[in-house]
Amino acid sequence: MSKHHVSATVNGEPVEFLCEPQETLLDVLRDHLNLTGSKEGCGSGDCGACSVIVDGRLMCSCLMLGAEAEGRAIDTIESLAQGETLHPLQQRFLEHAALQCGFCTPGFLVAAKALLDRNPNPTESEARYWLAGNLCRCTGYDKIIRAVMDAAADLRK
Amino acid sequence: MAYETLKVVGTRPIRPDGVDKVTGRAQFGADMTMPGQLVGKMKRSPHAHARIVRIDASKALALPGVKAVVTAADFPDIPDEMAFVGEGPMNFRDLSCNCMARDKALYEGHAVAAVAATTSAIADDALALIDVVYEVLPHVIDVEAAMAEDAPLLHPRMLTQGVQPAPTKPSNIAKKMVFSLGDVAQGFKEAEAIVQRKYTTKPVHQAYIEPHACIAAASSDGQAQIFSSSQGQFMIRAYVAKLLSIDISNIRVTPAEIGGGFGGKTLVYLEPVALALSKKCGRPVKMVMSREEVFKASGPTSGGAVEVKIGAKKDGTITAAEATLKYQAGAFAGSPVGPGCMAAFAMYDLKNVTITGYDVVSNRPKVAAYRAPGAPISTFGVESCIDELARKIGMDPVAFRAKNAAKNGTKAAYGPTFKDIGYVETLEAARKHPHYQQPLGKNQGRGVASGFWFNIGGESSAAVNINEDGSAVVVEGNPDIGGSRAAMAMMAAEVLGLPIERVRPIVADTSSVGYSFLTGGSRVTFATGMAVTQAAEQAVVELRKRAAVTWDIPVDDIAWVDGKAQPVGASAGKFPPLSLAEIALKSARTGGPIGGKAQINAQGAAPGYGTHICDVEVDQETGHVTILRYTAVQDVGRAIHPSYVEGQIQGGVAQGIGWALNEEYIYDKDGRLENPGFLDYRVPVCSDLPMIEAVVVEVPNPRHPFGVKGVGEVPIVPPMAAVANAIYDAIGVRMPDLPISPPRLRAAIDRRAEAAE
Repeated sequence: MSKHHVSATVNGEPVEFLCEPQETLLDVLRDHLNLTGSKEGCGSGDCGACSVIVDGRLMCSCLMLGAEAEGRAIDTIESLAQGETLHPLQQRFLEHAALQCGFCTPGFLVAAKALLDRNPNPTESEARYWLAGNLCRCTGYDKIIRAVMDAAADLRK
Repeated sequence: MAYETLKVVGTRPIRPDGVDKVTGRAQFGADMTMPGQLVGKMKRSPHAHARIVRIDASKALALPGVKAVVTAADFPDIPDEMAFVGEGPMNFRDLSCNCMARDKALYEGHAVAAVAATTSAIADDALALIDVVYEVLPHVIDVEAAMAEDAPLLHPRMLTQGVQPAPTKPSNIAKKMVFSLGDVAQGFKEAEAIVQRKYTTKPVHQAYIEPHACIAAASSDGQAQIFSSSQGQFMIRAYVAKLLSIDISNIRVTPAEIGGGFGGKTLVYLEPVALALSKKCGRPVKMVMSREEVFKASGPTSGGAVEVKIGAKKDGTITAAEATLKYQAGAFAGSPVGPGCMAAFAMYDLKNVTITGYDVVSNRPKVAAYRAPGAPISTFGVESCIDELARKIGMDPVAFRAKNAAKNGTKAAYGPTFKDIGYVETLEAARKHPHYQQPLGKNQGRGVASGFWFNIGGESSAAVNINEDGSAVVVEGNPDIGGSRAAMAMMAAEVLGLPIERVRPIVADTSSVGYSFLTGGSRVTFATGMAVTQAAEQAVVELRKRAAVTWDIPVDDIAWVDGKAQPVGASAGKFPPLSLAEIALKSARTGGPIGGKAQINAQGAAPGYGTHICDVEVDQETGHVTILRYTAVQDVGRAIHPSYVEGQIQGGVAQGIGWALNEEYIYDKDGRLENPGFLDYRVPVCSDLPMIEAVVVEVPNPRHPFGVKGVGEVPIVPPMAAVANAIYDAIGVRMPDLPISPPRLRAAIDRRAEAAE
């Protein structure tokens, strides 16, 4: 079984990797690029813990093959903060205690970023439907939604 | 309570592990790697019940890249022995057989062999090459079918405990228990209204988003390292030591960050197997469950059948209450029917009550603890029945509960006399809440339900080390499942008089901190918080001693105020206060490093109560239920970090709503699970829920330095009945069977229409 050679841009940096044909983008990020911030909760696109942004579009990285990343630009949770400076979503998640175990948090943050990139002023209902692809079992979503709405307001300033 | 004026406790600082968790840096179970690690995978039974005739792994072992295969033959054949290292008693032998089937596979997904290989793909190929010959046996899934005289037997030697005279014929009923107070028959004679009904609940999974994961490495000298995600590194150590017959001192378990547990990570599934594989091939072995494996092979909680009968006088006084609980344990004995019985009527001050419980095995995965294990199942029945009875006698459901509420001095059917409880306060807060008065529209209804949980104490260790720059480290032994590091650091900061940012907590491995019972039973903020507080107090004693040395005055003449040593009393002399940082800087000259340590068995836990108000709207055409508004009132003793207390309540409510409306294990006729994934096992998503208002009531626990009771489990107890009662209020249809999914509600609406014709 021969491996694929793939060139892509990950978090703004050019990367090259070899991956087996059946390996997902999530496998590549976690196992080959040491970017373990994206999590595998289901492997079937149902939980959103592996959310990444591919060429500006929100994706479950468990549903995309590593080989399909050729020539694409991928942004993961690891690129959300600018150095020491947290993104307003990250800051608001902390202030609102919008995470308990923290496992779903990277996926929520990436999905919320994708929402605010496209709709800077979402209603609560729009935020709830956009984030319905991300499962959180700890918080009941209340504080997550509050954090997202507050971060949206911060970003509009 | 020792601390009345508080500076840190009760505030909402950012949690100390927060930045790592919003940047993706936190290391969860599957994030750790070791040099030379192999991939471990499990071969699982496709049958619900089958004798394992033969396992031939020779073809798998011949595959290049395969380094080891283990079966039950590689595990010590340990005797029956009850263990109390997890949440609830567990038989070590059963646990061993659950990790790796011995002789029989008892449920679909039961592990029968495991392989370690160089890649995931090779491990998958190897699993397919392991040849297992089964003799398929008749199976039984549902609890009442499993209790039948002619049911297929899972364990041919299982004789029901708790029955006199002791039975001689085996059955699937592991245990019967009875809790009783007063004279129920007489009580029902005095009743002027009686409601009697049977309720059923389906098994539901904790559904933590992080699948079980670990990495284990055995050394040739007998020592072993395990890095895993669990609710207790000491629990993992104890189970692995017993299951593999290793000295405890030879195992070091490092806790990963844990991606949710809710009780489901209080057992071992992977760790003993990964270590057995590692011992066999000499390389670290990493094992991570798939979501399908989590559903099929790790513990959901029981489904149950609950019969409830309650009688009351017209003035609202309950005269008698009776319940019979039948809980599925899964493939091995040990459902949470005991706490289910004890919690069933713990909200009420009853003179006459009898609760009978049955622990029943069937061909399903062994249940694991799930948030207030057992209580939600019995409470769904009791609180639905209470609602029906309140309506029957024409009383407001909150007033009816208040009239019969357990108070200080109430003797519970299961033994204790309650003290320092705050149930009445939750009812009062619910009654006064604007939510309770808000008008409702067509097809909308309001339901109320209450719930109880014990909360526990137990063994905890902690150390507080004062650093030379005047900052501090808190070392504790309980995995932080929902923000407990923050609570630990806050209590230490309060005692030391430091700002929270100067106190850093760590959750240490099993070799770096003393034994700590697992994170469960809503115990950590209470028990480990007590240990941390005592350790910090010990450090303060030492700090005062160093000031005494510095000033050359008796230590008793020195008080610790706002993080500073101050001379007090007439004879103490006049010295400017010495700050913690000043004392720490000179510690080498005054006696060496400063710190405190506590290893305790925390006593004096106080139970928690909650009362929930739920508004729903029912779409009678589709059977879909929308949660319009939800308010959860709970007595927590004292909220150390109110945001995380609210979060526990909100999260418990969301899980309860899922249990009420959607979640269930669905089996086909062959006993195979049909919905082992999040698409078909539907947990609530963001768009299913409104904001959930948590109302925190604080009736302090005087036996904790800050008044803590515990918070995490109570909130999952009331929601199922609150939702069902709201549905009745909306459309007049009583739903005694969970989940109240659209097809089931539609069918009930149709039945009502047919009956009316």
